[in-house]
Amino acid sequence: MALKRMLENWSDFRKDDYYDDTPYMWGMAIDLNNCIGCGACVTACYAENNLPVVGKEHYSRGHAMHWMRIERYWDDPDGNTDVDIAGKPDIPFDGHHDNSNDPDAVTFPERGAHYIPMMCQQCNHAPCEPVCPVAATYHSPDGLNTQVYNRCVGSRYCGNNCPYKVRYFNFFNFWEDLPHPLEMQLNPDLSVRDKGVMEKCTFCVQRQRAAKDAAEDAGHPDYVEDGAVQTACQQGCPTQAIAFGNLRDPNSEVSKLWREHQVKLNHYEQEKDEDIRGYRVLEDLNIEPSVMYMDRVRDTEA
Amino acid sequence: MDKMKDIEWAKINKDVLGSLESPRMIFWVVLAVCSLLVAAGVAAEAYQYNEGLGVALMNRPHFWQLYISNFIFWIGMSHSGTLLSAVLLLTNADWRKPIYRFAEAMTLFSILTAAFFPVIHLGRVWNLYWVMPYPNERTIWPNFRSPLLWDASAIFTYATSSALFLYIGMIPDLAICRDNAKGWRKKLYSMLSLGWMGRAREWLAFRKTYVLMGCFLVPLAVSVHSIVASDFAMSIMPDWHITSFPPYFVAGALYSGCAAIITLFVMLRYIFKFEEYMTVDIMDKIAKLTFAIAMVWNFLNFSEYASIWYSNDMYEKEVLIQKLIGPYWPVVWGMLLCSTVAPFAMAFEKFRQNMWAMFVLSIIIQLGMWLERFQIVSPPLASNHEPWTWAVVWPGTVQMTITAASFGWFTMLFLIFCKVFPSVSMYEVKELVFHHRRVSARSEIEDLDKEKEEALRAQEGVA
Repeated sequence: MALKRMLENWSDFRKDDYYDDTPYMWGMAIDLNNCIGCGACVTACYAENNLPVVGKEHYSRGHAMHWMRIERYWDDPDGNTDVDIAGKPDIPFDGHHDNSNDPDAVTFPERGAHYIPMMCQQCNHAPCEPVCPVAATYHSPDGLNTQVYNRCVGSRYCGNNCPYKVRYFNFFNFWEDLPHPLEMQLNPDLSVRDKGVMEKCTFCVQRQRAAKDAAEDAGHPDYVEDGAVQTACQQGCPTQAIAFGNLRDPNSEVSKLWREHQVKLNHYEQEKDEDIRGYRVLEDLNIEPSVMYMDRVRDTEA
Repeated sequence: MDKMKDIEWAKINKDVLGSLESPRMIFWVVLAVCSLLVAAGVAAEAYQYNEGLGVALMNRPHFWQLYISNFIFWIGMSHSGTLLSAVLLLTNADWRKPIYRFAEAMTLFSILTAAFFPVIHLGRVWNLYWVMPYPNERTIWPNFRSPLLWDASAIFTYATSSALFLYIGMIPDLAICRDNAKGWRKKLYSMLSLGWMGRAREWLAFRKTYVLMGCFLVPLAVSVHSIVASDFAMSIMPDWHITSFPPYFVAGALYSGCAAIITLFVMLRYIFKFEEYMTVDIMDKIAKLTFAIAMVWNFLNFSEYASIWYSNDMYEKEVLIQKLIGPYWPVVWGMLLCSTVAPFAMAFEKFRQNMWAMFVLSIIIQLGMWLERFQIVSPPLASNHEPWTWAVVWPGTVQMTITAASFGWFTMLFLIFCKVFPSVSMYEVKELVFHHRRVSARSEIEDLDKEKEEALRAQEGVA
């Protein structure tokens, strides 16, 4: 009887981490000290994940499809961290407005920019998951926030509810006019997405798949060596700012970094010492993101 | 104040049935304009369907825009019809009788308009049915945690129930139409009136069914708009994630719906010459009701502002500040002007009893409430959690065309309804007249009794 079974297993449904007995939980650590904002990770992501290059016009309308992006922030000289969109209507947010010819446009300082690579944070309490009407986005046993393209109907609620705004919607069919030999450059390990579908960073799930298959062939299906899976952004990074691996494996590099910086999945359990650089973006929303950033050390005197 | 006069019953039939006959030129002109608007909307939707949703100028972070605002607006408009019919039916408010039929029709047609928007809005419309829990061989279910799924269920339930409520309340009138019609109308009304003969038993069953439907519809209407509010309240977006949203949405729905009733009231009164039925007295009462609801809505709006301001939640506070002084300020201040300041005119009796003043005010209120829906959706997306994605986007031609088409579609349906079905309930107006007659008769008798008693007392005193 279904009801009886449900009541018996009630504690299972109430479990905080539904998949805590699985061998994998992919996570990332990004050292912002090392990030020079070169954009190699972005390029690598475009190449690996069949992202459409939308062109200047679409980009300026906010239809860009960069799963990984480099955000730039400047510290205000007065120490004011508020960003005011009311007073500065010409700020080129996300490059939506081309104001290169506008003399009144706000200019940014030559130096002092901070970069932060931003991609899907694979939240463990993901806000995008419960709101999808067709369950096209769900949590995989690997701790990934997966998007099933074929199931997506394009209600775009997930994109609204994502606090990082790292979900990208195919507002057009960007692949329609791909000239002949260019389809040969596409990565055959994953699909291209049609119009009307939401997509986002997958932590290069096709590479994880390949590494798991290799591990199974090698006779240890429950264990993938640290470093056997490299995400495209990690591989492309010239300064090795990005570490990626299995958070369930205590010896992986990323686990060590998380421990060292006293970052725990549940931010209520964190008791951080002072001068610890590790943090997760918007972790106070209790969404348990899987990407830890290590804050850049600023020379405020210079 | 002109009270409902003692009207001959045959005249009621004649007046209302007269409204069904030979439409005037202006009717065809308005109908043609509405059809053109609908055609333009269909063309815009076809273009968007072919090209992708990008042509509507939505983007990241503005994944939702005018389609969702319009959806809330039309769902909201549908609520007052139910309120007027069901709540006032259950509370025995007599004055609802001449106006509830067109209010119910408004409910049905605005929900039919609203139902288009979530569909137009989908990225892959052709997979729309995946949102419904239909049986399939792969045993794939929709996500029952998603407010969008609740939405779909709520709309279907509400559309069917309000259609039934409208239809059931119309059966005795359809029988009157049947008895007076010829040609295709005779066939139509004979079929729809279900062989109504006006026997006592039929009336008994009819009364029970009608009150029962009313009892069912009131909580349903409240839940429907609460669910629409959940689309926002269940998210974690700043200024969407607000506990008071369900009552706020319901109040806003009733508010804009009452304004729509006033608009249609004045229009029907003059177009169909229903002055004797839609009296100034009734307008006074609707205006009072609208004023009361306006105050509830304002209270909830300002308590929302206050709770954000004193919560010191930096994300929400930022959105509130950006709403008031940010790029969307004309929308927000326009809303406050039209929906907060303007309704205070209804505090004055002279204003309430001036038909044309009320007509203009009702349009202003609806404009304000339409802006309100826009400012619920867009400004929080423009200044979300992630400052790097902040962007200001205004709806483009495609969205505006489809919005205009929705108004055309609604008006078109309503006009056709007015010419095919009686837009004033004949049997209930007769009841109303009968009650008035009985009351006045009773008071006459009472007066006579008093005189008699006084005379007797005087005689006794003399004795």
